[in-house]
Amino acid sequence: MGLSRRDALKVMLSAGGAAAATGSTPRTAGAAVAVPRPYAAAMLYDATRCIGCKACMVACSKANNLEPDPGWSQGLYQAPLDLNGKTKNIIKLYQEPDGSTYSFVKRQCMHCLDPACTSACMLGALKKGDFGVVSYNADLCIGCRYCTMSCPFNIPKFEWDSLAPKIVKCEFCKERLAEGKPPACCEVCPTGAVIFGRYTALLAEAHARLDQHPERYTPKVYGETEVGGTQVLYLAAVDFAKLGLPAYGPDPVPTAVREVFQEIYQGVVPPIALYALLAAVLMRSRRQLTGEGQETEEP
Amino acid sequence: MTAHAQPEPVGGAVFTRPVLMLAALAALAGALIVWRFLVGLGESTALNDGYPWGLWIAFDVVTGSAFACGGYALALFVYILNRGKFHPLVRSALVTSAFGYSIAGLSVMIDVGRPWLAYKLLFFWHWNLRSVLLEVALCIMTYTIVLWIEVWPAFLERAQTSTVSWIRRLGQAWMPVLRKSLVWVVAFGVLLPTMHQSGLGTLLLLSGPRLHPLWNTIMLPLLFLSSCIAMGFGVVVVESMLSSRLLGRHPEIGMLAGLGSAMRPVVYVYLGIRFIDLIVRKQIAHLFAFDIYSIMSLLEFGLFFGALALLREERQRQDLGTLFRASMFLLFGGALYRFDVFLLAFQPGVNWVYFPNVLEILVTVGLVAGEIVGYIVLIKLFPILAGAPQAAPAHVTGG
Repeated sequence: MGLSRRDALKVMLSAGGAAAATGSTPRTAGAAVAVPRPYAAAMLYDATRCIGCKACMVACSKANNLEPDPGWSQGLYQAPLDLNGKTKNIIKLYQEPDGSTYSFVKRQCMHCLDPACTSACMLGALKKGDFGVVSYNADLCIGCRYCTMSCPFNIPKFEWDSLAPKIVKCEFCKERLAEGKPPACCEVCPTGAVIFGRYTALLAEAHARLDQHPERYTPKVYGETEVGGTQVLYLAAVDFAKLGLPAYGPDPVPTAVREVFQEIYQGVVPPIALYALLAAVLMRSRRQLTGEGQETEEP
Repeated sequence: MTAHAQPEPVGGAVFTRPVLMLAALAALAGALIVWRFLVGLGESTALNDGYPWGLWIAFDVVTGSAFACGGYALALFVYILNRGKFHPLVRSALVTSAFGYSIAGLSVMIDVGRPWLAYKLLFFWHWNLRSVLLEVALCIMTYTIVLWIEVWPAFLERAQTSTVSWIRRLGQAWMPVLRKSLVWVVAFGVLLPTMHQSGLGTLLLLSGPRLHPLWNTIMLPLLFLSSCIAMGFGVVVVESMLSSRLLGRHPEIGMLAGLGSAMRPVVYVYLGIRFIDLIVRKQIAHLFAFDIYSIMSLLEFGLFFGALALLREERQRQDLGTLFRASMFLLFGGALYRFDVFLLAFQPGVNWVYFPNVLEILVTVGLVAGEIVGYIVLIKLFPILAGAPQAAPAHVTGG
């Protein structure tokens, strides 16, 4: 497996290298932004290049052995209404109410640099693994769906119809990565709307596109800073919020939890200390209590 | 007055008509739970990918465990603040709490998709120590056991009076052991709820980006903790007044009035945090937007303020009706706060809706009914209720 890992790196490096050849330097991230692991895998989706052919959806279903979801099409098309237990990747269309502009948007797991779901998961069924991919291990999943509650992008879905339901979400085609292949959606995209590469290289590529065609884009790489940064980066012509990508601040979602929860429970010492204190107080008050009890019983 | 200090079995027929009716509701819930496991969560509930947590989590687990905080609140009051005279209330509060937490744990097992893997929670090498839910789950599991151990003296006392000699010997042998070690158990009984009741609030910090600003605050753990203590006192009042009314006993007015005054500082703390937090976060304007969020928040505030107003003077606290109303205000206020945080404030996006279906509601109703049946059975057969003088002619059977 060591060899194939290296191959995967090569693929990513060359893809990233090609992208970076356009020549801008990566922007340094703000203080609150989590640092990506070296060789973090990334995707760049450029909505202005997407023609909405949905080839990526079909490729995704094939690569992940997912049953096609016909939605309301009465079995005619693969037409899921949203990401769901059978759909890890979806192309949606946004249209201005007056019909003046439109934009496609590809939705899948953002692979946050500092994810809420991996912080939520009780037994680490969701974990950040090789290449920074947020991967899922059903053997450690109790099906509590706290990941779904906590994901700021509404990504982890549940197999509601199954009697042994699993969480379903994009895992960056981790098996393909291990074989040195790019994710299926990136491989199949006919217009290069979604490309695969190393995080730093794709971030540089995104900024290069912004610099070269400022007139074409909303001046922002979505995912560069949002919730601490995500490994899936977006460029678009319309406001990202309209594409279902909310305007989030730079703090990773688990920050607040870290501030209250992890600080308080640091090293399990405070609960143990509190326990000892409580036991001591109880000993004292029991002595008084039995004293009082006798008093009330006597008269 | 030995009767005050010494709990006694209530006695009388166990399976009266109301008890049988409640048991039927519980049995119906049991059947529906079997159905849920036969067809899956998607078919049996209204839960969806937008609202993965519904009634069973918001009520049975989050609100139910807060209703079951009577044991915790009294333990804090009696043992930590050293108000020994309230001791007679403790045992029945512990029984209610033990049932409440058992129901919460059972509900979790019905709600999760893969309960057969829950045993892995016991293996510490799998633990994700950053997970608040893990902390909550482990604490609730342990605390449920702790509560049943705390109730155990009632069973042993009953065993000591048994006509069967080996049961009697068992009771006599184990009672001193339990008496000695109970301090260590009770200390857990205070530590664990402090941890997981605040933890239930901490849970939603991860949903922060999708919570309505009226409820999205880093103070969630403290708000959950303070309100659960207020609810705990409320439950003790409501429970002892209902059981004395239904069983024809005199309620312990003095003690209940004492709890009435104990509620006030706790409610002040809760309301203080809630208000100051809204001001500091500059979200107070949302309170007067008069949309559904503002109306529900105002209702929460109204219930808590209402309880404070009702308990303002000693004269009011001595009045059983007023005390009962104030306690109900606290229970409804705390429950509404929990529903608001878990279901109303949580906003997964415009296309998602959730309202519990009939099955979910019947399961919840049935579990509560089962809890009441269990409580009635225990207080009739075992020495749990403090032996207040009985108003009605005594039916002494259980002995």
